[in-house]
Amino acid sequence: MKRFLPLGIFLVLAVFLAVGLGLDPREVPSPLIGKAAPEFRLPQLQDPGQMLGTEDLKGKVWILNVWASWCVACLEEHPILVDFSKQNVLPIYGLNYKDKREDALGWLGKHGNPYTLSIQDGDGRVGIDYGVYGVPETYVIDRNGIIRYKRIGPVTVQILHEKILPLIRQLRG
Amino acid sequence: MKAVFAILLLVLPALCAAREAPPAADDPVLEKRVVRLTSELRCLVCQNQSLADSHADLAIDLKNQVRSQMEAGKSDAEIRDYMVARYGDFVLYDPPFKLSTLLLWAGPFGLLFVGLLGLAVYLRSRRRRLPEAELTTADHARAEAILRGGSRNESQ
Repeated sequence: MKRFLPLGIFLVLAVFLAVGLGLDPREVPSPLIGKAAPEFRLPQLQDPGQMLGTEDLKGKVWILNVWASWCVACLEEHPILVDFSKQNVLPIYGLNYKDKREDALGWLGKHGNPYTLSIQDGDGRVGIDYGVYGVPETYVIDRNGIIRYKRIGPVTVQILHEKILPLIRQLRG
Repeated sequence: MKAVFAILLLVLPALCAAREAPPAADDPVLEKRVVRLTSELRCLVCQNQSLADSHADLAIDLKNQVRSQMEAGKSDAEIRDYMVARYGDFVLYDPPFKLSTLLLWAGPFGLLFVGLLGLAVYLRSRRRRLPEAELTTADHARAEAILRGGSRNESQ
């Protein structure tokens, strides 16, 4: 019994450390899930004279993707979003976060535009309302304007197929 | 060669120009309040720094947000709620006691309890292994002799 004690302690420690290694400390559970998406009314990126607000999107399941031309990790998920947008599953709205308009337009021209529309959040106020702290971030919002899912960091093919698509199917009933 | 090196050295400081100081409120009392509140809030970009210490862009935006809300007459509690509504209890360095933070608050006491339990079990088993030494009359006599100042080696 006694001689197995160190082995037991080692195993307990190993399990704790292994679980700890698998956790991503950057991923903080969002308190916004299950709550109404914060309202906004922002100028469109392509045509700043036109506005887009949350009330225009009521009744649709939609994705809000926070992006910026200065964001390196956005490049990682961008091809996935571009592919996904071609399937026309649902509208993807881009929140262009703390970016310059020319830079943002240039970036979309160079890497492709998966967005139904992008809106400009130049001072990051709407970003703060959505609890954005690590661009890119992706939200799935249901017909009643409730946030159902949030992804912090790049969307991967795996996340798209295992989390986002099943959720969309479920939300559409 | 030396001259080139000297010129390089002269140019070097130009590369490390200081960044613009983040804005501060004109009112020093208010600024103190901003610093006090933001030092209780965690910066989400660099998680081991408080908002007050961090120079991340988001931290500066959030500090400005705190400042403008204070200028608008919001209380510290209202601003704290505003942050928690967006970023969760995680932003608080002093999170509230509730079900999801139970382990955080009670965990150390649990560990202390387990440690005390282990100590008690160990002490009990040790007492069982070491029977209390009985002193004979001879031992008493010897102890007394030593106490009175006799030589310690006399009986050996």
